[in-house]
Amino acid sequence: MPASNELSPNYVIEVNNLVKKFGEFTAVKSLNFNIKKGSTTALLGGNGAGKTTTISMLLGLLLPSSGSIKIMGSDMLTSRYEVLERMNFSSPYADLPRGLTAFENFNIYGRLYNVKDLKARIEELVEILELGNFLNKKLGTLSAGQQTRVSMAKSLINKPDVLLLDEPTASLDPDTADKIREYLDKYQKLNETTIVLASHNMKEVERMCDNVLMMKQGEIVNSGSPKELIKHYGREDMEEVFLDIARGTRKAV
Amino acid sequence: MKLIKASNRIYAMFLRYIYILRGSWARILELIYWPIIQIVIWGFIGRFFVDNIDPSFTGNILAAVLGAVMLWDILFRAQLGVSLSFMEELWSRNLGHLFVSPIRPYEWCLSMMLVSLFRATLGTLPAALLAIPFYGFSLFEIGFPLILFLFNLLIMGWWLGMLITALLMRAGLGAQGLAWALTILISPFSAIYYPVSTLPEWLQPFANAIPSTNIFEALRALVNDGIIDWQLIINASILNVIYMFISATIMIMAFKYARQKGTLLQTND
Repeated sequence: MPASNELSPNYVIEVNNLVKKFGEFTAVKSLNFNIKKGSTTALLGGNGAGKTTTISMLLGLLLPSSGSIKIMGSDMLTSRYEVLERMNFSSPYADLPRGLTAFENFNIYGRLYNVKDLKARIEELVEILELGNFLNKKLGTLSAGQQTRVSMAKSLINKPDVLLLDEPTASLDPDTADKIREYLDKYQKLNETTIVLASHNMKEVERMCDNVLMMKQGEIVNSGSPKELIKHYGREDMEEVFLDIARGTRKAV
Repeated sequence: MKLIKASNRIYAMFLRYIYILRGSWARILELIYWPIIQIVIWGFIGRFFVDNIDPSFTGNILAAVLGAVMLWDILFRAQLGVSLSFMEELWSRNLGHLFVSPIRPYEWCLSMMLVSLFRATLGTLPAALLAIPFYGFSLFEIGFPLILFLFNLLIMGWWLGMLITALLMRAGLGAQGLAWALTILISPFSAIYYPVSTLPEWLQPFANAIPSTNIFEALRALVNDGIIDWQLIINASILNVIYMFISATIMIMAFKYARQKGTLLQTND
């Protein structure tokens, strides 16, 4: 499997022996993985596999019990704030203030990330993600799909080098979801952004991801490109591979 | 460059709370409503005392009562300004986004203090201005000591707010009632409307260890006897420095605890 352990200057995310315990319960067991610059990596697994815990640790929201995380060469424990300036994230499980308009949210987060020429950046995102019709409406009055687009725009406001996306196209209609995937693809190629995403949409994973880390009970049980995994498991698509791994119904062939 | 970036982040958070206020006339009304009601009620009580008091008492009761009401309100609003700013983030489930942005905890605290100053000014100023034509009392006549009183009460409100925020970080929204309760709990020992000597003797050392008690004693000394009691003001300032340091330490510990337990993303009861 190409889950690589050797260090290279090309690795933007380097995770070594990462462990997270909550009392007696070990949510993440000695994770080791490296993620290449400009790649898209999916973190997959069933409920309780440790994906959210891992993402929270990558973002610095959660302190590991042991192990290390280096992002863009900097230790997340000691240089967290410098790294966060060049990262961003979007998740349907973390809301933006619903009493504020989309524009107000962008204005606040743009300043938090010290975005240069913020007005132009907001205009750019409004155009790309088609937010013009509800830019000045309070988030609480928007549909779930519109809120997801606003959250996506916020995650791109600082043109991040590393982007963590939790269910990036959840609640979006197929047309908008497709446009967002297309934009992310273009944006990534243009900026060499490294994307880590957690998704339950296996078609999305197949389309977007260069590498997949399959997690189960806090461990990486398999990794590789979607094509490689499909071949290894002798399956038709990632959906079937996911079910095999999650249920333990079929071993790799 | 670092300073500009930090100022920009502090301003962003200040802007965030201004947007909340701007978007809700009810919040602005509530901010002004309570201090005015307090002034109206205590103004009449003060007048009643003035009309019925023993003529041998030479103090300025109306000034002591109304001055105390306004200064207490400043302290209370300062504390609420900090703790409510944090609760806004809990209510809107915004902590995840906020703490993966590059804002440092001290910048966030400074922004909450700025918001608190803004809220306290917006809330208390109309009441203070109203007292001039209604009761012939101007808080501003206190002069320079007023700045020292306000400064000390604001600092006390801030460290109390930080303590409550630390508690909310640890206990979640289930502890939100404390945002109002903690400062009220301190009020009987703060000698707002009566001198410390009124309290039972065994309670007095405890009362004197509260910065606001020293400030209200200093206020009475000033309006009743025309004396600026520097010792009381210095006591309040020293106590505030000590408590601010303790609160900041507790807040840092609470933030670390939240990052260890993962509660920044799970902020319900």
